Amino acid sequence: MVKLTQRLGGLVLRFAAFCAALGAVIAMITSRERSSFFVLSLVAKYSDLAAFKYFVIANAIVSVYSFLVLFLPKESLLWKFVVVLDLMVTMLLTSSLSAAVAVAQVGKRGNANAGWLPICGQVPRFCDQITGALIAGLVALVLYVFLLIFSIHHVVDPFLLRKS
Amino acid sequence: MAGGKTVVAGGNTKSWKLLLGLRIFAFMATLAAAIVMALNKETKTLVVATIGTVPIKATLTAKFQHTPAFVFFVIANVMASFHNLLMIALQIFSPKLEHKGLHVLSIAILDMLNATLVSAAANAAVFVAELGKNGNKHAKWNKVCDRFATYCDHGAGALIAAFAGVILMILVSGVSISRLLFNSNKFSTTKAPATETDVP
Repeated sequence: MVKLTQRLGGLVLRFAAFCAALGAVIAMITSRERSSFFVLSLVAKYSDLAAFKYFVIANAIVSVYSFLVLFLPKESLLWKFVVVLDLMVTMLLTSSLSAAVAVAQVGKRGNANAGWLPICGQVPRFCDQITGALIAGLVALVLYVFLLIFSIHHVVDPFLLRKS
Repeated sequence: MAGGKTVVAGGNTKSWKLLLGLRIFAFMATLAAAIVMALNKETKTLVVATIGTVPIKATLTAKFQHTPAFVFFVIANVMASFHNLLMIALQIFSPKLEHKGLHVLSIAILDMLNATLVSAAANAAVFVAELGKNGNKHAKWNKVCDRFATYCDHGAGALIAAFAGVILMILVSGVSISRLLFNSNKFSTTKAPATETDVP
């Protein structure tokens, strides 16, 4: 019975991570705002910044991967491979989230030393939606860290931990 | 007595030597990245305006502290190189401790965490550096690299070292995980993985 709850817990975690990654992708893709400033009009889209494009691509890959792993049978030999893939996906998530947060921080505060003005004052709704997408990405990352430990536990013999 | 000749847990001495070599290279790469970025500074005197025939000069500095992403980069690389140094010392001076299961597991987990940390830091820095190099015309951010060329070159060198460190840290965590798996197979009587069938 313990094995069943463990397996169920793993499935729930992976489904939650799939939802979080998908939510991050959707939130970032649908963020688009036009603001007019006298005759100038500024359209802010996520594809203006390379870091946001990387974030969308990385989270899309992660959501497709978690959807596929949801259907892996319990006794399959591929679980050892899933450990390696989980580690790679976690690193992908961390790097994309970190890059997107770094660039979003420049967009929000600007960089006085380089003469870069913050853009969040002109497109507040865009900024809020980007923040929401980044939070969803963070949730996906935390869930994947748990999933990584879970898949290692799935593959490594549990007797290892009691050996002294 | 040198610890390298006896058979340590995790298998043969080949994996021990491989891990030690990889760790030394990873330590050197992350340390180089941290040092080069930490010493990255350029001062330039530019003519800002001209009143009549008198040019007004301003002295501008480009330092790594101006960008939070680079500060994170330096801190993360220092932490990763410190972790590698600790692991090298542990591996050289106490090989007998590796029989314990929790020890090998915690080394594998720590290696993975540090690999992720260095990867995050290198990626954040590279995207912000790309902004500085190319600017962004949608957000009306000017490029910085045409005026501070040496700063950008040194930063690029630090980023390359950090990416080499990322690859090496991934290899190190791969070897640690394989040592963990080998260790568990060696000490378990049944060869079945954790998903053994429930006995009705």
